[in-house]
Amino acid sequence: MEPAAAKLIGAGIACIGMGGAGVGVGIIFGNYLAAAVRNPSAAQGQFGNLIFGFAVTEALGIFSLLIALLLLFVPL
Amino acid sequence: MKIDPIHQFNIEPLFTIGHIGNHTIAFTNSSLYMFLSVAVISLLMIGGMAGRQLVPGRLQSIAEISYEFVASTIRSTAGTEGMKFFPLIFSLFMFICISNLIGIIPYTFTVSSHIIVTAALAFLVFFTVLIYGIYKNGLKFFKIFVPSGVPIYILPLVMFIEILSFFLRPVSHSVRLFANMLAGHIALKVFAGFVAMLGVSLGALGWAGGMLPLALTVALTALELLVAFLQAYVFAILTCIYLNDAIHPGH
Repeated sequence: MEPAAAKLIGAGIACIGMGGAGVGVGIIFGNYLAAAVRNPSAAQGQFGNLIFGFAVTEALGIFSLLIALLLLFVPL
Repeated sequence: MKIDPIHQFNIEPLFTIGHIGNHTIAFTNSSLYMFLSVAVISLLMIGGMAGRQLVPGRLQSIAEISYEFVASTIRSTAGTEGMKFFPLIFSLFMFICISNLIGIIPYTFTVSSHIIVTAALAFLVFFTVLIYGIYKNGLKFFKIFVPSGVPIYILPLVMFIEILSFFLRPVSHSVRLFANMLAGHIALKVFAGFVAMLGVSLGALGWAGGMLPLALTVALTALELLVAFLQAYVFAILTCIYLNDAIHPGH
């Protein structure tokens, strides 16, 4: 296989990892919203935790995006 | 017609200052936008505090709201002792927020879309946490690697994971900001490129059809505004959480 083609395919495969981060971020915000609707007075106090969980989860998806970007734009 | 989404991140020297070895030390467009964001922040804070009215005006409100926002974030995550790091966290938050927001404007340069900038900021935070933690707590600082209440037979594994995640912090801290800004700006450029591609290849019909990607570009710009602020907030709150480890280890 051509190395250039392999790089492009690899970049596409690396992006699959972002799906997992998408699921994770959805679970975090969904659960936060469900809890906030049940007890709105406690919601504001957990906003920092929400953002922290979001950031940590999103980082993993960003890593796979980074691999895709490296494969696409960094000459080997 | 080819889309070149990476061109916007080119660093171009504006004028040369000098040479060190083979390297040219130049004042680049990146430095220009860094100075610009610092100037905007200074104007905002100094101008906002110049009047000091009891009922704040617009500028004073912005300055007070940003102060209160960062201060309440620090108090809720790192406690009152964290307030001694307020200048650091406030500078980081304002610098990232304002440089991200300047980067949204078309034809400008986004400082935080370069990993060297975000890595420098992240390592600043990392070494601040490490040095302050050891200075304040001595060897007790290393208790953050040993969570309490873990059974002894899985403790080595947990410690290994804790140490690994501690040293991966600057990586994820910097890559998150950089990749978010990079990916957002690439997506904007690609969708904006669709408009021109449709128009050039299909003529009048293409320009009419180009309304769709144009609308999407506008919507993405709105999303990018949110991301620009959110990433600055995430950077600041993670700094607070990491500093909390240095101030109160073993929690």
